[in-house]
Amino acid sequence: MTSNIVLSEVEYNVVGKRHLRPDGVDKVTGRAQYGADIRLAGLLAGKVLRSPHAHARIKSIDTTAAAAGPGVHAVVTAGDLPFAALTREELGGDYQRLKFANNHVLAADKVLFKGHPVAAVAAESQHLAEEAVKLIRVEYEVLPPAMTVREAMEPDAPLLHDDLYTSELGQLSERPSNIAAHMAFATGDVELGLTQADLVVEREYQTASVHQGYIEPHNATAFWNADGQLNIWCSTQGPFVVRTNVADILRHPVSRVKVTPMEIGGGFGGKITAYLEPIAALLSQKSGRPVKLLMSRTEVFEASGPAPGTWMKVKLGVTREGRITAADITLAFEAGAYPGSPVMQGAACALACYDVPNGRINGYDVVVNKPKTAAYRAPGSPQAAFAVESVIDEICEELGLDPVEFRLRNAAKEGVRRVEGPVYRRVGLVECLEAARNHDHYRTPLEGENRGRGVAAGFWFNRGFQSSVNLTVNPDGTVNLIEGSVDIGGSRATIAQQAAETLGIAYDEVKPTVVDTDSIGYTMVTGGSRTTFATGWAAIEAAEDVKRQLVERAAKIWDTPIEDVEYADGVLSHKSDPELRMTFKELARQLLGTGGGVTGVSNVDPAGEGNSFGVHIVDLEVDPDTGKVTILRYTAVQDAGKAVHPSYVEGQMQGGVVQGIGWALNEEYFFNDQGQMMNSSFLDYRMPTALDLPMIDTVIVEVANPGHPYGVRGVGEVPIVPPLPAIGSAISHAIGSRMRRLPVTPGAILEAL
Amino acid sequence: MPGVVHVQTTINGNPTDFLCEPRQSLLEVLRDVLGMTGTKEGCNDGNCGACTVVFDGRIVTSCLVLGVEAQGKEITTIEGVASPEGLHPVQQAFLENAALQCGICTPGFIVATKALLEQEPDADEGRIRHWLAGNLCRCTGYDKIVRAVLDAETKLNA
Repeated sequence: MTSNIVLSEVEYNVVGKRHLRPDGVDKVTGRAQYGADIRLAGLLAGKVLRSPHAHARIKSIDTTAAAAGPGVHAVVTAGDLPFAALTREELGGDYQRLKFANNHVLAADKVLFKGHPVAAVAAESQHLAEEAVKLIRVEYEVLPPAMTVREAMEPDAPLLHDDLYTSELGQLSERPSNIAAHMAFATGDVELGLTQADLVVEREYQTASVHQGYIEPHNATAFWNADGQLNIWCSTQGPFVVRTNVADILRHPVSRVKVTPMEIGGGFGGKITAYLEPIAALLSQKSGRPVKLLMSRTEVFEASGPAPGTWMKVKLGVTREGRITAADITLAFEAGAYPGSPVMQGAACALACYDVPNGRINGYDVVVNKPKTAAYRAPGSPQAAFAVESVIDEICEELGLDPVEFRLRNAAKEGVRRVEGPVYRRVGLVECLEAARNHDHYRTPLEGENRGRGVAAGFWFNRGFQSSVNLTVNPDGTVNLIEGSVDIGGSRATIAQQAAETLGIAYDEVKPTVVDTDSIGYTMVTGGSRTTFATGWAAIEAAEDVKRQLVERAAKIWDTPIEDVEYADGVLSHKSDPELRMTFKELARQLLGTGGGVTGVSNVDPAGEGNSFGVHIVDLEVDPDTGKVTILRYTAVQDAGKAVHPSYVEGQMQGGVVQGIGWALNEEYFFNDQGQMMNSSFLDYRMPTALDLPMIDTVIVEVANPGHPYGVRGVGEVPIVPPLPAIGSAISHAIGSRMRRLPVTPGAILEAL
Repeated sequence: MPGVVHVQTTINGNPTDFLCEPRQSLLEVLRDVLGMTGTKEGCNDGNCGACTVVFDGRIVTSCLVLGVEAQGKEITTIEGVASPEGLHPVQQAFLENAALQCGICTPGFIVATKALLEQEPDADEGRIRHWLAGNLCRCTGYDKIVRAVLDAETKLNA
């Protein structure tokens, strides 16, 4: 097999090699302990009662019968949250934020989506808890729901919150509204730019709500000890975020909350929010016993965050030669029941692939009666790319320009300023486009009826944020690596590789362990493609600390000034006396007898971004009788900066592509006219299976990130961005009709035909 | 406890007795009664394949089998795939081909793959994709899983 890595400039000893992951054996034998696998003495099972309505006022809740049910130990409602005893006056400016956070965990006056938690029970077994919640009597006054972003923005739409006002460029609206925020980015003079254009295309696009679709449902186990110590075990991308959220909602000191992250069965951004943890903690406090809560698959769909459904309008002006002169974009994203959609990220990503002299992007964050949205892989970027890249594809058709060539003429590169402000350092979009153009896939003409090819580009920021690592040298010359980054797809390996590379020792001489929030410094979520970049950076810093201490120790042993000792490739040596030389292993053996052990520590918050781009090519065929789309060939090209573990980079790219294929073709929340989700199972919410797909080819481009010691950029987010527009455009070419709503279902295709 | 049934079965070659309620699924029995948590729950309605076990020679989703139906049957779970000598070639192939990311679907895929290769040692890519269509993976896009199964075939046929 020829290498699929292009432009690689630096070869390392450990970084860039395909090592086996340290947690691999546990995960292929079933020994790995995921959140639901935990067993504690005296453990109770919990169950959450959820709203059957999309929008209703809670008139009363009667838990008497449930509390007296067989095997029941505790029942909780919003009245048990500390927030219930606090007043608006006490909380001041923090009132609304806390109210939303608390009401999301357990509804108080209103339910805002079907599946909204209303009460919860802890009992001796799962079945007894399920029986007990059925005994809770809730009286609702059902209200009309606002289900889509356009509907919810209408002036006469049903209001979700009577105290939510539109935050608009620093001002609050006079009347309450479902529009939580209106934000805007702008550069240059859009009107002038449009007059310079030979062609102006303006189109509207829509995308449906989709779910992250991790196979492991949410879970949380809590034990609130009599001394006030609260221990939580859960599957989360961010144990420190859970600690913060739980402490915030339960008004409990953060130092009295310990979160132990169990192995996690997928997240893609959806396992950051603390849904069950505060409820499990309350049930434990009330019962005095540890309590485990598990979501069913239906609960996962109905009550954990989908990616937002969207409505978007894109107007692009271009010259005949294919140079963008102006862009005017409006994005309206569904936030779900509470404010906070990723519309700002979507707005910042919308034009990030291009050098746009005159641009304006307006974004609206709109509450609707759906579960509160959560991050999903490059949150906001795939939807925005669907709209912008589709318009570019139409422009290329209209002007007879090659879509890769058009993108090369407008590509973002070093020195280009994004519409929202930042100026790019060295980035690799041009190199990705060139790699796509040179690829056998792109050079092979697509032949046959009902077939189409699509090309699209995508972007993600890859920001750093805080990470911590401790490295302790063992007497046998190995190193224990303690980290706070949950390993969702191989990051134990990629972090260990960077520590080993820095220390000049072998990969399998570094043993990584992910620990609880009491045992390591603050570490942000595993998400946003930050982990290999930022926690890797922390590992490098901790390794540098170890090296400093080892140099000091060698100097002490040799009774020579520190300046005379150097450390290179795992060997300590005296700069002028060749007799004085020790390997890492030899010194490790002597540490305990020469002053004690050595632990290197680091707490980092890397500045800057590891911006990354991807370019995808897809060939597909449409069955004109059924509307079914078959993916014939797929190639993903992406700048990884430096692929620390090429197999895992490929895996991220392939997984992201396939999630994007599902988003483009099949996946969608269906609601009835009362706002109730009608397809909350894997049978009816159709994610891609092995049978639906070809192999996914990958090309890793390595344009080193100048902001990382090994040139690393993040990789996980970008690959979900280009598939939406690439597939949309390919279908449009296959059937001769432009598809402007996702998913492009067989029904939509038949209608277009 | 009233209504509890005594079941005698064989799991991974070991004669096993357990007590369960008639409403408990085999998945619940494996995980909650017997503490065998290698078999995973992803949907509890037979659509994701994370709880796949071999049940008298056929692969089934254990969430759709009742615990009491295990009476007199032979069951193989993920815990029975490796031997004291080491990993099974299917497990080794998944590990070496980076065919897992989060790992939650992996036990189900490995149990299903082992069953396929015992029946059809030369299954081609199309057959592998068809056989594994009942096992959902959200991380990998299946590419590396299919390659791992092909590699496991090579290992087993060597």
